[in-house]
Amino acid sequence: MAQKTYMQALNDALREEMERDPNVLIIGEDVGQFGGCFGVTKGLFDQFGEKRVRDTPITESAIVGAATGAAAAGLRPVCELMFVDFIGVSMDQLFNQAAKMRYMFGGKTTIPMVLRAPQGAGIGAAAQHSQSLESWFMHIPGLKVAMPATPEDAYGLLLTAIRDDNPVVFLEHKVLYGVEGEVPDNAGAIPFGQAKICREGTDVTIVALSKMVYSALEAAETLAAKGINAEVIDPRTVSPLDMDTIIESVKKTHSLVVAHEAVKTGGAGAEIAAQVAEEIIDYLDTPIMRVGAPFTPVPFSPPLEEAFIPGAEDIVAAVEQIRS
Amino acid sequence: MTISKKKMIEMYTTMYRIRQFESKLQEFFAASKIPGFVHLYLGEEAVAAGACAALNKEDYITSTHRGHGHLIAKGGDLKLMMAEIFGKSTGYCKGKGGSMHIADVDLGILGANGIVGGGGPIATGAGMAIQYRGEDRVAVCFFGDGASNQGTTQEALNLASAWELPVVFVNENNGYGISCPISKSMAITDIADRAAGYDMPGVIVDGNDVTAVYEAITAAVARARKGEGPSLVECKTYRWRGHFEGDACTYREKDEVDEWIKKDPIPRCAQKMLDEGILTEKELDALHAKIDTELQEAITFAEESPLPEPADLFEDVYA
Repeated sequence: MAQKTYMQALNDALREEMERDPNVLIIGEDVGQFGGCFGVTKGLFDQFGEKRVRDTPITESAIVGAATGAAAAGLRPVCELMFVDFIGVSMDQLFNQAAKMRYMFGGKTTIPMVLRAPQGAGIGAAAQHSQSLESWFMHIPGLKVAMPATPEDAYGLLLTAIRDDNPVVFLEHKVLYGVEGEVPDNAGAIPFGQAKICREGTDVTIVALSKMVYSALEAAETLAAKGINAEVIDPRTVSPLDMDTIIESVKKTHSLVVAHEAVKTGGAGAEIAAQVAEEIIDYLDTPIMRVGAPFTPVPFSPPLEEAFIPGAEDIVAAVEQIRS
Repeated sequence: MTISKKKMIEMYTTMYRIRQFESKLQEFFAASKIPGFVHLYLGEEAVAAGACAALNKEDYITSTHRGHGHLIAKGGDLKLMMAEIFGKSTGYCKGKGGSMHIADVDLGILGANGIVGGGGPIATGAGMAIQYRGEDRVAVCFFGDGASNQGTTQEALNLASAWELPVVFVNENNGYGISCPISKSMAITDIADRAAGYDMPGVIVDGNDVTAVYEAITAAVARARKGEGPSLVECKTYRWRGHFEGDACTYREKDEVDEWIKKDPIPRCAQKMLDEGILTEKELDALHAKIDTELQEAITFAEESPLPEPADLFEDVYA
C-alpha cells in the first residue's frame, strides 16, 4: 500500500500504459519537458522522448482533432487540455467528430482517445479557467466521462480510459492534484459505470461528484453527530452512469441529495434526480435536493470564489431542509 | 510528366462514374426518392479523380459535405454508397450516416463530414499517426473555399507544417461558400496564397483539368512521402448545381454557370484521350456502358435493400 498524490497516480497510470502499449502517446500544450501545466506529465518526456510526449502549439482544435484522426488511424492518443474551459475552442472536434464517428460510420471504426482536462474552482483562476463542465460532455452520446475523486480512482480510471475504444473525457479536479491517498500495490483498472459507496448509511443518500465527494464525507460526519446516518456514493463516471447503485441506495434511505461543484442549473445532479424520480418516486420520503454552484460565472476575488464553491455546509443544510 | 495510358483511363473512368452517380442522385432527389438532402459534386469531378489517382489504397483521405466524388475516387463501393444515401441497412453506415457521413476506413476514407472545416484536424491526426509509425502513407484533406476560412483548417495547416506531417491539403475552390462568393469572404483571390504563411508549397491548378490536378497532387504526395512535409494545392473549379439540391441559386448568373459548363472536365479528358489514341470512340462507349451497368446494379441493390429496423437506433453508439 503506497501513499500517493492524485497527480502521481495519474502520472503512474500514463507511464505504465505507455510502457505497456507503444500505440499510446501524449500530445498537448507544454506536456513535454515542461511536464504539463500542473505537472501531470512530469518525467514522461525524459523517459519516452519527444516522439511520444509531444508539445503542441496553442491550438486546441488541432489537438483534439489530431488525437481523433490518429485514433481513427489506430493509435491510442491521450491529449491534454490545459484547462477544461478551453474545450470551447475545440468542441466541434470532440462532440461532432470524435463522439459521432463510430455511429455515423455504422460501427466501422473506433476512436480510442482520451481527452484529459483539469476542471474546478478554488485557485483564483476566475471565469475562464475554473468551470466544471461534465454536464456538457455527458449530454453527448458517444463520449464517456470520468471524474475521479481519489488517487486510487484517478489511477484505475485512467488505465481504463486509455484502454477503452471510445473517446473518453477524463476530468481531473485541479484542487485535488496535491491530495494524498492510498493506492494499493495491486491497484488496477477500475471499470467505468461502477459507482463507489464511500460511506454506508441508512437515512439519506448523498451522491457526490469529484471534489464534492470529500465535502459529502465531511457533511456525513457532521450529520452523524446530529443522529443522521448518511450514505455517500461517488459515481466516478457520469457517462456511463451507474444508476443501479444509486437507486438501490435510495430504496434503502428513501432520501436523496446530489452534490456537485458545477453550476446547479442543467447539471449532472438534475439528471440523477430526474432518473431517481422517474424510477422510484414512491420510495422517496423527502423531496430530492441538489447542491451545486449558483448560476454565475466563477468569480476571481477570494471571498467571491469561496461563496461560489459549494461545500459540506451546503450539503448539511440540504439534508436538514428536506428532513425538516 | 508523362501520364500512362492506364492512368488516363483510370482517371476518366472515375470522373464518368462520379458524373453518372451524381446525375442519378439529382434525378432521385427531384423525384423524392431519397431522404434528407444532398450536395452534388457535378462539375468538380476532375479534382477528386486527379487527386485520388495519385494515392494508394492505404493512403487516408478526409472528405467534405460534398463528398461523393472523393469517396468514389478513393475506391468506394457504389452499391454501399447508393444504399446509404437511400437510408438502407445495407449501406456503408447501415443507414446511420447518409450522404454526409459515408466512410470506409479500410479504404482510408475517414469520412465525409457535415461540418465545414471538420476534416482538417482529423487528416492532420492521420498524418501524425503515419509519421509516428514511420509508414509510407499520406493523408489528403479535401476542403472547400468556405472551409479555408475556418479556424480548424488554419490550425491543421499550422500543425501539419510545424510537425512536417505527410498531409496534402487539396482545396476545391468552387467560388462560393453556399451563396457567398469568395470576393465577399476573403481579401485574397487565391487560397494557395495562404500556404506561404505556413512555409509550405502553395500551388494553383485548373481544377477542371484532371491531368493538371493529378500532376500537382503527385508532386505534393511525393514531397510528403519523403518526409518534407505538407503542401496546399488549390484546384479552381465550379459547382454546376446549387449548394444543395433545391437551392434556387439566386446568388449567381446563369451565364456564369454556362461558362463553366463549357469547361466540363469530362469531354475535355475524353477528347484528349481520343486525340492521343489512348481510346477509340468505340472503346469509350464500351467504358460508358460498363459504368452505366455498374451504376444500375448499385441502384437496384439500394432499391431492393431493406430499411433499418427501429431497434438498430441503439447499435454502435459505443464500441
